Amino acid sequence: MAKQLTIFVENRPGRLQSIAENLRVNNIDIRAFTIQDRGDYGLLRLIVDKPNEAYLAMADVGCACALKDVLAVSVPDQPGNFHKLTAALAASGINVLDAYGFVLQPHKTGICCVEVDRPQMTKAEEVVRQAGFAVLADEELYGL
Amino acid sequence: MIDAPFWNKEIETAERSRIEQIQLQRLKQTLAWALKTPFYQKKLTQVGIHSPEDIRSLQDLQRVPYTTKDDLRLSFPKGLMAVEMREVLRIHSSSGTTGIPTVIYFARDDVENWTDLLARSIVGTGATDSDVFQNMMTYGMFTGGLGLHYGAERVGMTVIPIGGGNTKRQIQTMKDFQTTVVHVTPSYLLHIHSKLGEDGIDRKDLALRKAFVGAEPHSENTRRKLEELLQIDAYNSYGLSELNGPGVAFECVCKKDMHVWEDAYIAEVINPDTGEVLKEGETGELVLTNLVRRAMPILRYRTRDLTFLYPQGCDCGRTHRRISRILGRTDDMLIINGVNVFPSQIEERIMKIPEVATNYQIHVDKKGSLDRLTVKVEIYPKLFLGEVAKLEALRHKIVEELRASIVISPLVELHEPGALPVSEGKAKRVVDDRPKD
Repeated sequence: MAKQLTIFVENRPGRLQSIAENLRVNNIDIRAFTIQDRGDYGLLRLIVDKPNEAYLAMADVGCACALKDVLAVSVPDQPGNFHKLTAALAASGINVLDAYGFVLQPHKTGICCVEVDRPQMTKAEEVVRQAGFAVLADEELYGL
Repeated sequence: MIDAPFWNKEIETAERSRIEQIQLQRLKQTLAWALKTPFYQKKLTQVGIHSPEDIRSLQDLQRVPYTTKDDLRLSFPKGLMAVEMREVLRIHSSSGTTGIPTVIYFARDDVENWTDLLARSIVGTGATDSDVFQNMMTYGMFTGGLGLHYGAERVGMTVIPIGGGNTKRQIQTMKDFQTTVVHVTPSYLLHIHSKLGEDGIDRKDLALRKAFVGAEPHSENTRRKLEELLQIDAYNSYGLSELNGPGVAFECVCKKDMHVWEDAYIAEVINPDTGEVLKEGETGELVLTNLVRRAMPILRYRTRDLTFLYPQGCDCGRTHRRISRILGRTDDMLIINGVNVFPSQIEERIMKIPEVATNYQIHVDKKGSLDRLTVKVEIYPKLFLGEVAKLEALRHKIVEELRASIVISPLVELHEPGALPVSEGKAKRVVDDRPKD
């Protein structure tokens, strides 16, 4: 089964940055990530190219992290397939604790959805654009 | 002099020499009771006091060693009990510095005497038997609730034993029964004020005229604020369960600090570092000796409360000396919404939980008028399994553990290992961000 790296992250500025930095330093390639928010903390879930190395790199700097088994299911990008998958699980009485999805192809570009605090006040969109990134409008995102 | 109300004018205005005569006589009686307890038998014998006759003057009290909260804890449950259990009428307790609570025993006459001191305190503020008294202090093992309850009944007030919390019900009850006097912590009374008007009940619908405020040190500014906001008179109340509870000292109609009932307590103020007894007017730690508690006499108890004694004299005519409002503590005890909490109690509980690492922090601030306690803990990496459900179960477990120990429910924050400031030497584990006014 595939390994997911879960990292306990306090909810304060700079924490994600320092985790990302540690992953960069260790040359870890991220395939996908999500954050589960619990108010004072969150859980960062990562799919990476080298899960064991990433785990050790994070544990070395004192992070609370864990490797968990996940089912990595290949689902052709067509209407109804998610239903087909969940129906199969439901039919077997299997409860889904947690799930997320991402598309790597055909654009070969990862889409990172970031929710930020007070986006207007902090001019988040402008900041991202000025860093050289394209920010997709709603329609563009839906049309991918 | 003003025409002040009294409960027992003869005692309350007795000459100093008469008060001292009563004190010496009762001190000897208290020593006789104390010598029946294993704790004091040992402690007093060590300093050459074998019988009450070894004390010849009030000055001789200084030969008696101090008693501390630790002494009470270490002699749990019966080391300080001077009567048989069948003679004990009631048991109260207060928070201990660790898991063992401090237990106080009252014989029938002890409850009688205590009740009388409270009746005296209540009448001294000008409250009468025509008042409706809503007691918002916590009942149960805390002394604040039942103590004033019995005192108010003795005065003949109409007593509403509503207890603490449930603000909407408090306000509705104040309106329904036209409550005139409340007993409350200052922060909770401010909270009640902030909720007036929400359910269509305004100040004008209430008949409130007085508040007895205690269980929490507060400044003169806070008193004035309460009085102005609510258009009432607020009277400061002092007591601690080790010395019965409320009714050790209380403000009279003059509202110029609190008369200690010197026929029931000997008050001394000492230098907390050297133990030297200080003069009137000098600030130090209050030390109290019970004079009328047979079931559990306590001699020279170090309250850890900072105050000073006024010289005799007050416009009300009472001769019992006054202490200033409490100016601080000589230990690390926190008072959170009127509940005493020792950081060591919190530490003891959370360190028993394996999923918690060794570092933690206790944070106190205000949310509105009320105190808020947040306990921050670091999670222990080796027991982290990456599941939210387990983390939330851990948070719940910590809340429950702490509630069992300190009675109040704290907020619990989970932090990354190494995220909380590491304490250097004497732990800086308590951050109190409540405004000092």
